[in-house]
Amino acid sequence: MDDWASYERMVLIRCFEEAVERLFSEGRIMGTAHVCIGQEAVAVGVAAALRPGDALTSTHRGHGHFIAVGGDPGRMMAEMFGKATGYSRGRGGSQMMADTALGFYGSNGITAGSMAFACGLALEAQHRRTGRAVVCIIGDGAANEGLFHESLNLAALWRLPLVVICENNRYAMSTPVAAGLANTRLAERGAAYGIPGCAVDGNVVADVRAAVETALARARAGSGPSLVECETYRLSGHSKGDPRAYRSPAEEADAWQREPIRHLEAHLRAAGNTDPARFAACRTRAEQAIAVAIRFAEASPAPDPATVTEGVFASD
Amino acid sequence: MLMKTFTLAIRETLAAEMRRDPSVMLMGEDIGAYGGAFGVTQGLLAEFGPGRVRDTPISEQALVGAAIGAAAAGLRPVVEIMFMDFITLAVDQLANLAAKLHYIYQIPCPLVVRAPTGGGRGYGATHSQTLERLFTGIPGLRIAAPADAADASGLLQTALRGANPVLFLEHKLLYPLRWKIGGNLPPPVPFGRARITHSGDRVTLIAWSYMAHLCLAAAHQLAAAGITAEVVDLRTLAPLDTETLVTAARKTGRVLIVEEGPVTGGFGAEIATRIFEAAYDSLDAPIRRLAGPNCPIPASKVLESACIPDIAAIAAAARDLAESAN
Repeated sequence: MDDWASYERMVLIRCFEEAVERLFSEGRIMGTAHVCIGQEAVAVGVAAALRPGDALTSTHRGHGHFIAVGGDPGRMMAEMFGKATGYSRGRGGSQMMADTALGFYGSNGITAGSMAFACGLALEAQHRRTGRAVVCIIGDGAANEGLFHESLNLAALWRLPLVVICENNRYAMSTPVAAGLANTRLAERGAAYGIPGCAVDGNVVADVRAAVETALARARAGSGPSLVECETYRLSGHSKGDPRAYRSPAEEADAWQREPIRHLEAHLRAAGNTDPARFAACRTRAEQAIAVAIRFAEASPAPDPATVTEGVFASD
Repeated sequence: MLMKTFTLAIRETLAAEMRRDPSVMLMGEDIGAYGGAFGVTQGLLAEFGPGRVRDTPISEQALVGAAIGAAAAGLRPVVEIMFMDFITLAVDQLANLAAKLHYIYQIPCPLVVRAPTGGGRGYGATHSQTLERLFTGIPGLRIAAPADAADASGLLQTALRGANPVLFLEHKLLYPLRWKIGGNLPPPVPFGRARITHSGDRVTLIAWSYMAHLCLAAAHQLAAAGITAEVVDLRTLAPLDTETLVTAARKTGRVLIVEEGPVTGGFGAEIATRIFEAAYDSLDAPIRRLAGPNCPIPASKVLESACIPDIAAIAAAARDLAESAN
């Protein structure tokens, strides 16, 4: 994925998330959603490092991760509208979607809830020697769950082909990292399990990609897991209705100066891409794609209430 | 006919299924060279190696979660939780992930979680509980609770060939007991079909796992005293065979539900309600429950015995019910 492809994908994610915020404010979609505005470089950097057949697990803030690996915005939007055409047929909502054909093993509504699950995906890959590597994205809040420690220990013990990406967006809901992490240098936790831990600028897509590629190479070589901390910032609130009273407008304004799309634009300009029409065309394409997605979602049928208990169990 | 212990029946079934299906893998604490806290997996490491008989660190949450992930990717992991009490550490993974994988994400989760359960050994309050009540209210999980060796094998075969997460309850007091089992392995036992282990028309006894075993013994005592009891062994709590329960209740008109564990919130309440809803007009007396008191399980043998129904208590309660006025 070159810089322009990364840019295009990041703008698509941004437009999707802006649409989600707008649709919520208009009361057109219900429930809850956690948007990732400001964190697009992590999603796209991770996706760029993955190979076909690899697996990815995600968090409650997972729209960007899913779009980055090829999730269809129409089916995602339909899921948020609670429609039968959604990825989870209206059963999952914003927080719970998967498409194993894309290697996307699910966003997950429980903080750190996918970590051991990702270990299991990696265990299967190791056991059957499929060559698959697994990337598990978590947030900084997840790093304090017991599952974080248990999973890293297990993955390190068994040298599982796993990369844990901590998307450190500075806030666990409203709790700043300094109030939630006894040692705010989160990447140092890798040392506790004898595995590499590195921190990168999570707003720079190329840096994310490079760090994840290094970690994936180690995983594929049979050398075990790594912890990659991507330092970023959640520009939006935790979820809809978050007034963000726990931080200042000045802090947010500063973060907007460093946000990943702006950063990549500057990078592209520095490389000689100065045609404003090309940037505008990316934005237009993304907006059109999201408009199509919304139309698809709105036009899709609602699930039949009579099917509500279908699929609780798989066919034995 | 061979006499086999419950333990051996489970071990032989695991071994046979592992030979048959290379995707079956065991995971748990001290299940390898040690052979499991109750010896169920003895010898399996030697045959199948550490890749398929995996000792894990003491990390119930991670090992159950990893098993769910492995199952989602196509393996068939069998997790041993050393004592069912410890499953509380992994409830998030079972309740929030395993139980929802298919409904939400359309990903099958062919996982078996084996959990030694129950009291009677003086192990105290954190090693003696029956906690299936925590799971019976969570859609998406199968719960099997065999009461003898043949059923243990048959239900385990079904679990290992299915596509869904199964909580497989093994009562610790059943492990050393012996039953006659013909052939190499008994046939698979389908889920959701209770069985009548003793036929009678005066009173119906309903139970599962070790309590079903005790109810059968109590029925023999009652028969000697001239009271015939219909004994229903549920075999699986989820799915629950309501039809057989209701039929048995209609047959005798008097129902005693026997349950290990505190009476409040027990699965016996669900059974009683289902029977009441379906067979109210056939009941000759109020449905009764015999269960533990609402207290943790104490370690002292004397105190522990006061917490758990035994054959004498079951027989006494059944006789009292059978002889009660309409």
